[in-house]
Amino acid sequence: MTGQANGRITRDDVIDFVYNEARMLDEGRFSDWLELWLPDAIYWMPLDYKQDDPVGATSLLYEDNFMLRLRVERLNGERTFSQKPKSRCHHVLQRPFVDVFDPETGTFQTVTQMHYVETRLDEQQLLALTVTHDLSTSDNGLRIAGKKVELLNCDAAFGNIQLLP
Amino acid sequence: MNAAEINALIEPERVHRDVYISQDIYRLEMRHLFSNTWVFVGHDSQTPNKGDYITTQIGDQPVIMVRHSDGNIHVLYNRCPHKGTKIAIDRQGNTGKFFRCPYHAWSFKTDGCLLAIPLKKGYENTGLADSPNGKGMKSVGAVHNHRGFVFARLAEDGIDFDSFFGDSLSSLDNMVDRAPEGRLEVSGPPLRYMHQCNWKMLVENQTDTCHPMVAHESSAGTAVRIFKEMGEPQPRPAAMQIIAPFMSPYEFFEDMGIRTWPNGHGHTGVNMSIHSNYDAIPGYFDALRDAYGEDRAKAILDENRHNTVYFPNIMVKAPLAQLRNFIPLAANRTLVESYVYHPVGAPRQLTEMSAMYNRMINAPTSIVGHDDLEMYERAQEGLHAEGMEWVDVRRLYTGPEDFEAEAVENGTTERQMRNQFNAWAKFMTATMGDATSVAAQ
Ligand code: FES
Ligand SMILES: [Fe+2]
Repeated sequence: MTGQANGRITRDDVIDFVYNEARMLDEGRFSDWLELWLPDAIYWMPLDYKQDDPVGATSLLYEDNFMLRLRVERLNGERTFSQKPKSRCHHVLQRPFVDVFDPETGTFQTVTQMHYVETRLDEQQLLALTVTHDLSTSDNGLRIAGKKVELLNCDAAFGNIQLLP
Repeated sequence: MNAAEINALIEPERVHRDVYISQDIYRLEMRHLFSNTWVFVGHDSQTPNKGDYITTQIGDQPVIMVRHSDGNIHVLYNRCPHKGTKIAIDRQGNTGKFFRCPYHAWSFKTDGCLLAIPLKKGYENTGLADSPNGKGMKSVGAVHNHRGFVFARLAEDGIDFDSFFGDSLSSLDNMVDRAPEGRLEVSGPPLRYMHQCNWKMLVENQTDTCHPMVAHESSAGTAVRIFKEMGEPQPRPAAMQIIAPFMSPYEFFEDMGIRTWPNGHGHTGVNMSIHSNYDAIPGYFDALRDAYGEDRAKAILDENRHNTVYFPNIMVKAPLAQLRNFIPLAANRTLVESYVYHPVGAPRQLTEMSAMYNRMINAPTSIVGHDDLEMYERAQEGLHAEGMEWVDVRRLYTGPEDFEAEAVENGTTERQMRNQFNAWAKFMTATMGDATSVAAQ
């Protein structure tokens, strides 16, 4: 990964991190992907457009480390019937906006517009995403402190969304 | 099809596949079953103020639920009496004192009555005033608000609300009683999850206690394994409370018990359920005791029913203040809307628990929901296989059953599924006669 524990984080490091994360998901390297997360980070996908309360009303996802690990180990499991056969996904990213860049405190925030395609058997769906990454420096370089994925059509009725937009 | 042909699809221990895959049967369900029964429309907290409305469907019928100027809830067909234009298509809004059709500006009071037509003299001596179209927006046959839950019967005549639901209302009552102030408020929009399968598969699944440990092994079983690998930390991760009980052994589900009521209603979790062992929420019991007294508060919380099916197409979880609405769009297409309510007067933490359950289990992004949908869609496709035309529902069937009597049985029986099909045939054929043909519908 980019980003040196003791070196200075550059804007390119931050942007590369976002691209690399998407690449891991697209290549199905979910266990590697889990390593990117800080222990108390949350992956949030709101249900309501401009939702402000993630837990008092239903969200699509609001997952802590336990849930993310469960999700990944389930994807790797033998009796995961909805993943027989497996889904595949594909992210197309616009260049991330680096909205917070503070190497002193090791705090960074990016906002990235993405198109996300997920496919399985004869079905394929396209989702338009606005993804906010909160990143922090750790001993292992840049890590995810929080991720919020807003779906443009969050209020639409979906079939299964099985991987990680 | 006539009543005899409909009845021939339902046998005591098996049902013909056409009830799931035939679009002709679906159309008959919409005209008969969803017209003769009391169908859930919405919760009155979704329309708290005069003029507030939501748009939804009763079966395939577009309707508007609206709070009229006298404070009562009305349910109107969402169709302009002029040319048929839908009056509102946003999922919710406020229309003020009247609806105004966006096409030619006919306007209607919020009880549906015609208010005004522009250039009305063009209708003088045309007979419009005496025609149904001149009266305004049409109301459904009957509406009943039970402690906030609004149900409608499309048919003008038919079974009354209390006779239809009978003692099954005890589950809805327990759900409302769990609010210290005795009322619920909707908490955010529902999850909306599209299923390419027949609506009845979802309703049957609500009391299918032999599938969780199989279909959900990949989520619940993996959760239990990870928790063990972590050394069983306390307090346990939130997901463990919710997902792990799905891996309970068959004996647990047998002991849970199933109760059936007349007209297709029934519930799992008579003696206890997968919702019985949630961590206590600080301050909740105190609030209930202050409202009801110690004994009554305990009695309310001791009831931990799992899934209650209100025939034909909703399920409620009283301990979690949840409702799932299985809206039939076609023989092979069902929209599931899953709501969470806040029990007014209870700590917010309780609603957060319900919202967590909703997203972990009922969401299109849920690792539990994924495997359920996979099973339904495989069944919808598999049923087309020739050589075997019947679906089996005979688990713990011991002989002729009287569904007019309430019964409590082993929690793994398929009696509730049989109860639903008994009610299905009853309300499908109630107004059908012997010579009805699909073409005549
Ligand atoms: S269609 Fe509604 S006013 Fe003409
Ligand atoms: Fe299930």
